[in-house]
Amino acid sequence: MSKLPLTINHDENKLKLSSYITGFGLSILFTISAYLLVINHAASRTVLIGLVIVFAICQFISQSFLFLHLGQENKPRWRLTIFAFMLGVVIIIVFGSLWIMHNLKYRMTIPQEIRYMKSQDNL
Amino acid sequence: MISYFANFWIGKLSIHQVPTNPITVGGIIIMVGLPLLIAAFLTYKKKWRWLYREWLTTMDAKKIGIMYIIVAFLMLLRGGSDAALIRVQQATSVGSSHGIISSSTFQQVFSAHGTIMIFFVAMGFMFGIINLILPVMLGSRDVAFPFMNSVSFWLFFGGMILVNLSLIIGQFSNAGWLAYPPLSELRYNPGVGIDYWIWSLQIAGIGSLMSGINFIVTILKHRCQGMTLMRMPMFAWSVLGSMSLVVFAFPILTVTLALLALDRTIGTHFFTAGGGGNMMMYVNLIWAWGHPEVYILVLPAFGIFSEVVSTFSQKRLFGYTSMVLAIWAIVLLSFTVWLHHFFTMGAGSNVNAFFGIMTMIIAVPTGVKLFNWIFTMYQGRIRLKNPMYWFLGFVVIFTIGGMAGVLMAIPPVDFQLHNSLFLVAHFHMMIVGGVLFGFFSGLLYWLPKILGFRLNERLGRYAFWCWIVGFLMAFVPLYILGMMGATRRLDHYQTSTGWHPLFVVAGIGVIIIAAGVAFQILQIIYSLITRHKLKDTTGDPWNGRTLEWSIPSPMPFYNFAILPTVNSRDPWWAKKYPKEEPGLQITNKEQPIYQDIVLPKNSSMGMLIAGFAFLFGFGAVWHIIWLVIAGLIGVIVSIIIRSTKEDTDYIIPAKEVERLDKQYRLEQGVQS
Ligand code: HEM
Ligand SMILES: [Cu+2]
Repeated sequence: MSKLPLTINHDENKLKLSSYITGFGLSILFTISAYLLVINHAASRTVLIGLVIVFAICQFISQSFLFLHLGQENKPRWRLTIFAFMLGVVIIIVFGSLWIMHNLKYRMTIPQEIRYMKSQDNL
Repeated sequence: MISYFANFWIGKLSIHQVPTNPITVGGIIIMVGLPLLIAAFLTYKKKWRWLYREWLTTMDAKKIGIMYIIVAFLMLLRGGSDAALIRVQQATSVGSSHGIISSSTFQQVFSAHGTIMIFFVAMGFMFGIINLILPVMLGSRDVAFPFMNSVSFWLFFGGMILVNLSLIIGQFSNAGWLAYPPLSELRYNPGVGIDYWIWSLQIAGIGSLMSGINFIVTILKHRCQGMTLMRMPMFAWSVLGSMSLVVFAFPILTVTLALLALDRTIGTHFFTAGGGGNMMMYVNLIWAWGHPEVYILVLPAFGIFSEVVSTFSQKRLFGYTSMVLAIWAIVLLSFTVWLHHFFTMGAGSNVNAFFGIMTMIIAVPTGVKLFNWIFTMYQGRIRLKNPMYWFLGFVVIFTIGGMAGVLMAIPPVDFQLHNSLFLVAHFHMMIVGGVLFGFFSGLLYWLPKILGFRLNERLGRYAFWCWIVGFLMAFVPLYILGMMGATRRLDHYQTSTGWHPLFVVAGIGVIIIAAGVAFQILQIIYSLITRHKLKDTTGDPWNGRTLEWSIPSPMPFYNFAILPTVNSRDPWWAKKYPKEEPGLQITNKEQPIYQDIVLPKNSSMGMLIAGFAFLFGFGAVWHIIWLVIAGLIGVIVSIIIRSTKEDTDYIIPAKEVERLDKQYRLEQGVQS
């Protein structure tokens, strides 16, 4: 195992610092805007939900690039690869779960659910 | 007022929590007595300091691996005793007889059995073997983050202690190894059993997650010169696949357990029937982790078999590229099949059909791997040593179990077989026949490298035959019982069911397995005594192919005096038989150039961090708030202290490396 390089690349360092500060600013901006909009009932319910989702996505994108520095590494791009894999898994699980749970809701009543769950434990 | 203070200091603890049931008390005596005996022995031999310096604080992946394996083996004995108890109960509790334990004890026993076997036996062996051999196979001196590795081990250890502590203070979960609500909710389960389950898994699970990250980085960043990804040993590929699953699946478990813990402690309603909760979400989430988990366990075992088969067939692994593709197909598909664990929950036929088909598809890459191993043996010069026996046993049992799995992947069939003993037989064939046999095979294969001597072959064969006969006797009847309608987790049934004879056969099977375990212990002890005769004098007892066999046994603590350079898949084989693989050499032929080696210093912080995490867990189980806070602060402060520490490495100067290396090679007669 070799030691970490002791010399720090100062240019790169500065670049990162500025990106962290921008990221920090943007994060606060997105969070507070969403909060204020909801607190003040600035629009109708559906519009608000849509807006909050949009802000969340902006938040996600800005953090991925400004904090995690996606795509800014040299080849081989392991970070990017792993990030893509993570996105794939998250999409499968989130949409898969939504699909499964909606399908259940459509078919089962609460008493049926309870009966099913109890049968699972052989009670 | 008094009770308020008592509440503050000891939470829900009270003297009534001490068990009185004779079987439990017997278990406690063994579990407390054994460590006490060992402690007395250490004191007598004045070995505490040695233990602390050489083992407990070590950063050496090989030693951490050995500690994992020791813990896992002890847990195998514990989980095995639970299994024996289940079998005895089911063989005797029929008709008017009610067996040897009460049904509430029985529930704790099967819950503890499943939890311990998956999290502390299978996971323990897996991380142990990876630690032992992965860095060496990659031509590296250590894992990427040695300190994190030590923290992972100690968290695993802390979780293990918590599970076993539940036997002594309080009780264990009675809700099975996955603790489905509503049974696991506060309303139906006000005791501490579920909390023990939650917090021990939570602590051990964080450790697993960190190990996953550690091994991924090790594989991606710590390969030696010339080892491109496509030249990695198949074991490394398998570990990479398995650890990717760990990193993406374990967070789901962590979150699910955390939500359940919130339900139980602060009264949220994530999984309750009222208050807008949905207990089926729990089932959904736990299996979104649970199915990847079974492949987390089996992929490293596949990797071990790949190495074993090609070494003992003295032939290159058949279909390397297709093996790699199969691994990644399994990794991806693992995330698309979880619903097959709850086909009967009430989803529509579209959903069931989709997940049923995905489940059948995942059997394809698994089958590809099996055929590749068989083709590797074809026309090979096979030597039937111990590791190979376990491989052959695996092929038979895993195939039977896999076919049972594909049967249950058909939803209408699963409606019949779900939660029956048929299912129990399926997954035991996969996890015992696949995972455990794989780890046994790997241990027999690699232990000479660690210990410096081979294990006695004859006793190993006896152990194998006892295991395989006992195993088939214990689990084939369960397929039949399942089809006769016996459900899992029964503590009593009627004579008229006609199940009794088969349960007795299964019980006898477990006795034979126990004989197998006894032979395994005997094998280790006997080999230890006759180790001079079994000494590995060459460093390459099996005529191996990969880098670990190019260094002396037992391995020097720095693994490689000079880091190797490779330019083929089986570099050590290529060096030994240049005619077969012309032009491929392991290192340069010139005079070796020794360089300074940097290695991590020992540290007790790993132990400390996990110790605090354990206190946190214990406090959370018993609602001792000050302990929870103290534990949490302890963890955070220890991490901060450790991260600000600068000189964490030490250097072995080139001169010293040269001296050590020559000495090792002289002892071993290994050519440089
Ligand atoms: C050949 C591919 C496989 C197929 C098609 C398959 C299929 C299935 C199905 C359909 C079930 C659910 C049955 C039910 O609950 O009614 C199941 C359960 C299970 N399988 Fe598999 N399986 C496969 C491989 C594996 C492997 C490799 C392992 C472990 C290493 C494994 C471990 C388990 C476990 C632990 C359970 C049930 C756990 C429980 O309900 O407590 N399976 N399998
Ligand atoms: Cu599954």
